[in-house]
Formats: sequence, structure tokens, C-alpha cells
Amino acid sequence: MSTTKKITAGAAAVAVGALTLTACGGSGGTDDGARSKTVTLVSHDSFAASDAVLKAFTEETGYTVKVLKSGDAVEAVNKAVLTKGAPQGDVFFGVDNTTLSRALDNGLFEPYAAKGLDRVGEAFRLDGDRHRVTPVDYGDICVNYDKKYFADRKLAPPRTFDDLAEPAYKDLLVVENPERSSPGLGFLLGTAAAYGDGGASRPGGGGWQGYWKKLKDNGVKVVDSWEIAYNQEFSGSAGGRKAKADRPLVVSYASSPPVEVLYGDPRPAEAPTGVAEGTCYRQIEFAGLLEGAANEEGGKALLDFLVGKRFQEDMPLNMFVHPVSEDARLPELFTRHGVVIDKPLTMAPEKIAANRDQWIQSWSSLVLK
Amino acid sequence: MRGALVLLPAAFFAVFFAYPVATIVGRGLRTDAGWRPGRLGEVLARPEVLDVLWFTTWQALASTALTLLVALPGAYVFARFDFPGKQALRAVVTVPFVLPTVVVGTAFLALLGRGGLLDGLWGVRLDTTVWAILLAHVFFNYAVVVRTVGGLWAQLDPRQEEAARVLGASRLTAWRRVTLPALGPAVAAAALMVFLFTYTSFGVVVILGGPAYRTLEAEIYRQTAQLLDLPTAAVLTLVQFAAAAAVLAVHARTVRRRETALRLVDPAGTAHRPRGAGQWALLGGVLASIALLLVLPLGVLVARSLDASGGLGFYRALRSAEASGGTFVVPPLEAVRNSLEFAFAATAIAVTVGGLAAAALTRRAGRLVRGFDALLMLPLGVSAVTVGFGFLVALDEPPLDLRSSWILVPLAQALVGVPFVVRTMLPVLRAVDVRLREAAAVLGASPLRAWREVDLPMVRRALFVAAGFAFAVSLGEFGATVFIARADHPTLPVAVARLLGRPGELNYGQAMALSTILMAVCAVALLLLERVRTDRKGEF
Repeated sequence: MSTTKKITAGAAAVAVGALTLTACGGSGGTDDGARSKTVTLVSHDSFAASDAVLKAFTEETGYTVKVLKSGDAVEAVNKAVLTKGAPQGDVFFGVDNTTLSRALDNGLFEPYAAKGLDRVGEAFRLDGDRHRVTPVDYGDICVNYDKKYFADRKLAPPRTFDDLAEPAYKDLLVVENPERSSPGLGFLLGTAAAYGDGGASRPGGGGWQGYWKKLKDNGVKVVDSWEIAYNQEFSGSAGGRKAKADRPLVVSYASSPPVEVLYGDPRPAEAPTGVAEGTCYRQIEFAGLLEGAANEEGGKALLDFLVGKRFQEDMPLNMFVHPVSEDARLPELFTRHGVVIDKPLTMAPEKIAANRDQWIQSWSSLVLK
Repeated sequence: MRGALVLLPAAFFAVFFAYPVATIVGRGLRTDAGWRPGRLGEVLARPEVLDVLWFTTWQALASTALTLLVALPGAYVFARFDFPGKQALRAVVTVPFVLPTVVVGTAFLALLGRGGLLDGLWGVRLDTTVWAILLAHVFFNYAVVVRTVGGLWAQLDPRQEEAARVLGASRLTAWRRVTLPALGPAVAAAALMVFLFTYTSFGVVVILGGPAYRTLEAEIYRQTAQLLDLPTAAVLTLVQFAAAAAVLAVHARTVRRRETALRLVDPAGTAHRPRGAGQWALLGGVLASIALLLVLPLGVLVARSLDASGGLGFYRALRSAEASGGTFVVPPLEAVRNSLEFAFAATAIAVTVGGLAAAALTRRAGRLVRGFDALLMLPLGVSAVTVGFGFLVALDEPPLDLRSSWILVPLAQALVGVPFVVRTMLPVLRAVDVRLREAAAVLGASPLRAWREVDLPMVRRALFVAAGFAFAVSLGEFGATVFIARADHPTLPVAVARLLGRPGELNYGQAMALSTILMAVCAVALLLLERVRTDRKGEF
């Protein structure tokens, strides 16, 4: 601790003391007394689990889970990198293949082989036998379509990336900006996996750059977040219908149609949206024990729990992702209204790490300018 | 004595603003090999950075001018006219202030976008134009002008202007020579706050402008949170900082010369029913502009929250959230309670810190104190992203490891609330005639007693206005709170954002319903504040 830090800390103690007196107590509370009995999970804003399931964990292990939500997926990982050594919690959940290299290269995680990992398929275990991260779930980022729009016009919905560049689908697609949105980035990586890197020097040539040029000529619309794309621009969503949205194609998730059913008002017999199965890019999400965790034992127990059957079966209806454990069964909603993506596009984390920033930059000058 | 008053505000700003910001900027500009000031030049040489700086500045200037143009007549009407529903309307114009930007975006698109009102009437669409950004800034900041300027205006003695008229001045001359100089500091304060708010605008620009428009704040977010490019983010923060400091310096210089003691009177005695065609037309015009710019977008949200099968379906769905459990959806009552608890805490902190600072700054003093005055405004002009990430890396050791504590949320909100408290109270405090205090002292009152008996009664109104702002700032989750990790006490805006992050009609509808509840909570809270304030009549 440097001297400046000491001085500021001293001044802070005075300020904090005075402030806590003025602030009315009430919410929250201290966990000092039971520190070792609390395990803190740091995650992104989309983390969700049933209360009953978290309670079951407490009953099994004696640990109470405290969840800290730390922004969107990329932001949460970057915050974890910034606080390396003095982490905000014990376990981090929400590293995906896009951010995996950044997390591992920064030495964010302590190795731990979670119990139950043997029930997780080889394809999900991207860190092999080093066990720095534990796969927890997967999902696919795909173009969704508004069924009614295409039925009304007797037009077949698009199925592949190539279709999206066809004149029949001109001015119909809205995507998220990969600079700011993780589904947007997933879609860009999907096109890069499908078409390869054409190189920045040959705009209009091959590769994903050439493909995006065609998409741009075909009137693709770019917005900044999934919320705007889905709720405001996409004609197949509730918000879109009310805003008279005119884009029947949107980059979203393979699980969005079943969720539309689940939260329909009233619940429809069939999903109002469908998935263009040839456009799907697979995302795997991982959890890991943070280096410098205050409660290492609790963290390990939580990792065991995250790949256990109970949590795995709870995830689909909370976070709308698929379980990685072979023991877990999908809820009926998913088997009935969801689609199984047999051949999703994938990309190795190392390749993503080597190219991501540069690709985003050339995408931006190609599409936004 | 007065030095002691400054201590708490100074410590507050040192620990929760200067230290975190310096730490994160330092991380960006320092390598193991030492400081790298050269990075400044490298980043500033990029043409896109200059583009962003230029756009940020001119849109903020234009937004400020437009807001003053639209809201100053409103401030006059609220200060001088009596009309039915005035109190309720004054609460309503503050409601936009607390709404999450993503919700406001939705409402504004219904007005300006495809199939919106303008589109329907004249086939005009303003979405993804700079007009949408400017109008949304007026929508957000209308209350800043009405409350800051109107608060003082209502306390100005109208007889002074009348005296000028009697002495032969034309209506315009009387206003220009008597009222305007008296109002100057309050107008400047409002303009300053609107400028700083729009200068650091982020959500509105991103949602309504689309990817083509970028402010410095949006760019700092991208560099920090998404790309983890701390050097670039640090340079951009310094640029933003320098610009804000320059504006504050200009403000301090121009205002200093204009502040004089004013004759303040009970606001209840200055307002009257409009007289003559001119005044009625003014009232009508102001009400029409409020209806169009503020009430209509709010109405869209309410309408959408009711657009369910069976009318109140979305509100009923909110109630059943209690039954379904899960850490995602929050029972609305719990979210309301969380919001109110945070808001009370943040208001208490902001009023304490800001009130002490304002009391210390009342009398004209040396350069140091003046510098402190400007310093207190800086949190409005410095990136919330930088402050939030600064908390993360700076407050990481005991006794300051507040990162997972609930108190960090109201502290971060108070950081934005304090400037409002200072700016609302200071013009009034400085307008108190110093001879009144001297008289009290001569009669044997201690400084504390003189303050209680002389200053406090006169600033009580300003104090409630200030508290209202601090409360609204907290309810609306301003500032760095968006960027700090939250333990699970979701407030209304947080719950709205969560619902909008999921597909499905019920989620969307519930988000609209919760937004409506947020509006109602804000309006009711402000109405209650108004009630407390006007119950104490005859305080002069």
C-alpha cells in the first residue's frame, strides 16, 4: 500500500463513517460474520437461476450464493481481467468462446476439475485437461424470421447466409453492431467461419468482407444492441409489432422462438418466429474459479453444482441456453418449439483472439462508413 | 469553521471521484516502464477522435440552446401563473428524468419514427437523424431548467419590474434590465447542467441516432468496457475532462460578476391567474409544448403497458412473478422498495454533502474555494464509465472494498446528485443579503444560529428542489451505477432493462408496465415533496 493510498484510505474511512450515518440502513447487509459461508458468483446481466435451485445448493453444501451482475458478457469478462488478483467474487460465470482467450491469457482462473465433468461432451471442453474453465452451457446465435410476414407474402424464409444476400430479402435484415453487442459479434464470427478471411486489402473480393459488402448492398440495417434490434426493428416481436417494425429478419438466438411461446400473451400453439438454421454460430459458456478467491472451497463446490443435473436442467427456462451435461434433459418447451442445430458454425478461441479486434475494425469501416 | 464545512464534501469527492478516476486513467497512461504521455498525441492524431469530439460538442451546445428556448417560457409560466393542476404538471415534467434511456427511446420512436405521429401526419421521420437526439435531450432536461430557473423566478419580487415600468421602461426593457440580470445565475446554472448532461450523453445518442452518431461518452464506453483499450479510454477521458473544465471555468467567470443580493419573497405571493390574451396565449403555448414533447411520449409507454389481453394483463403478470420465483424477474413491490431505499440513501448523502458544500461556498472567497465550486460540478462532465470502472480498480482494498456492498450504489448516485444540490442552493444562498446575517450577528446570534434563522428559511424551497433532483437522479440510476456490479437488489430501471433483454410479449409488456410504475413512483414522490414545501407558508 503506497502512502497516497493510505492517506486516501484514511480520508475515506472518515467519509464512509459519516456517510453510513446519514444513509438509512435497510437494504443489503454485511456478510462479514458469515464470510466463509457465502460464495460470490460474478456473472453478466443475463445470469438467472431459480430460487429453489440456489436454495438446494445451500442445503447440500451449507454455502449461500451471492450473485454479482457485472454488465453485458464482454464487459463482465473485461471487469474480471481488470480486477485480477483482487477479484469481486469467487467464481466467474459467462466466459464464452469469444472471450475465452482473453480470460485465459490473463491468468484469470485457478485450475479445478469439477465433479461431473465426465458427463460433459469432449466438444465443449475447450481447455482440454488443464481445467481452468468448466463448460456450463451452449447456445446458437442465428437469424430469426417473422413467420407471419413470409406466410402473408408466400415467400420462403431464408435458410443460409447466401440467402440473406439475395434480392428477394432486400431491406429485410437487422443486425447488431459487433463493436457493442455479443450476438452481433457472434453473427460476424459466423460469417467469418463460413466465408473465411478475405483480407482488408481486397474489398469487394472474397471472404467475409466480400459477403458483408453484398449484405450492405442488400440493405442490411445495423443497430447497437439486441434490445433495439429485437424489440424495435424486428416485426416478429411484441415490441416490433407495436412499433410497426418492418424488418422480418433479425440476429437473435436459436432459443428465441420457444421463449416467444413461453411468454406469449396468450400463449400461442406455435412459435411466431422461426430460425434460419444455416446461419447459426455456436457459443459455449464457461465458469471458472477466480484467482485470489476469498472462498476457494465454496467456489469449487459451486462449480460442481453448475455442471450438476439440477442446475443444468434449471438453465434452459432461465437463461434460454442448452445444458452441456448428458444427464440433463431438455424441457418440453424446447423439444417442441426449439430446433436442434446439427452443424453450427464454430471458430477456435485462438483464431478469434488473433483476429477479433482487427476484424471488428475492418467490419466497421466496411459497413458503417 | 467554514474550513470544517468543506472537509466532508472534499473527502467525499477525493475518495469517490478523484481517486477512482485518477487510478483508472493512470492505468491507461502508465506502463511498467513509467508514464507514457506520448499516448496522448497518438490517440489525438486519429481523425475519428476529432470527429467524435466535434460532434459531442456541437450536439451538446445545440441541445442546451434548444432546451433553454423551449423550457424558459415554461419556467416563467410555472413561476408566475396559477392554473389548475400546476403542481401535478410540475411533477410530470420531471418524470422523463428518471426513465431508462432504452424506454425513452421506445417512446420517442413512437413519436418520430416509422408509423409515428409525425410520420402519420406529414410523412416525416426523424429517427436516426440528429433531430431525434436533440429533441430527446429537451425531453430529458426540461425539468432541469423549469426547476432551477423557475425556483428562483418564483421568489423574485415582481414589484421591482413593476417599478421599472412605472418609471417608464417598456415591458421588454424592464424584463431585460431588472429580471434577466437577477435570473442570470440560475439560467447559467441550468444551462451548465444541461450542457454537461448532454455532453456526456450516451444512451439517447446510441438508441435514437444509430451507429452513425458517436459521443465521447459512447466511445469511452466502447474502448473501456468492450475493447479493454485503457490507454485510448484514458486519453478520451482526459479530453472530456479538459472540455468540461473549460466550460466550468467560463461559467465561473461569467456568473461571478453577476451574482448580487436579491430581494426574495414568498413564491405564493408572486403567482397569479393569467391576465389578457398575451398571457393566456403564453400559457397555452407552454402547455401545448409540454403535451407534445413530454406527455405524449410518456403516454405511449402507458398505452403499451395496457395493451394486453384483458387490459391489465401485464400488471397481473408482474404480480405473479412473485409466485414463479427465480432471480431474474423481480416482484414489482420489491423493485419499488429497492428503488426507494437507494433513492432515500442517495438523497440523504447528496443533500448532506451538497448542502455543506453550498453553505461553505456561500460567501465570496478566495481562489481556492472558487476552484472547489467548479470541482463539485465535474462529476457531471466526466464519463460515468470511467468513474464506474475506476471504482472497480481503486476501491479494492479494505477499508474501501465497497465493490460488492449496497452502499456503493447510492454513493455513485449521490455523486451526480451533489452538483444539483449545490447549483440549486447556491444562487439562492448567495442572493441572501449579507447585511441580514450581519444584523443577526450584531444581535448576538452565533454563526450557526444566524444560518438557521436567516439562511435556512430562505433556502428551504431551494433545498426541497435540490432534494427532488437528487431523488430523481437516484431513481433514474444516473451516473456510474450502471457500470458497477450489483448484488441482487434490483431497482425499477434495472428490472425494466432485464425484462427488455428477453424475447416474448409478456416480457415486453411487463417492461412497459414497470416503466409506468416507475413514472408513478417518481411523480408521487415529487408531489409529496412539493406538499411538504408548500405546507410551510409565510416563511419570510
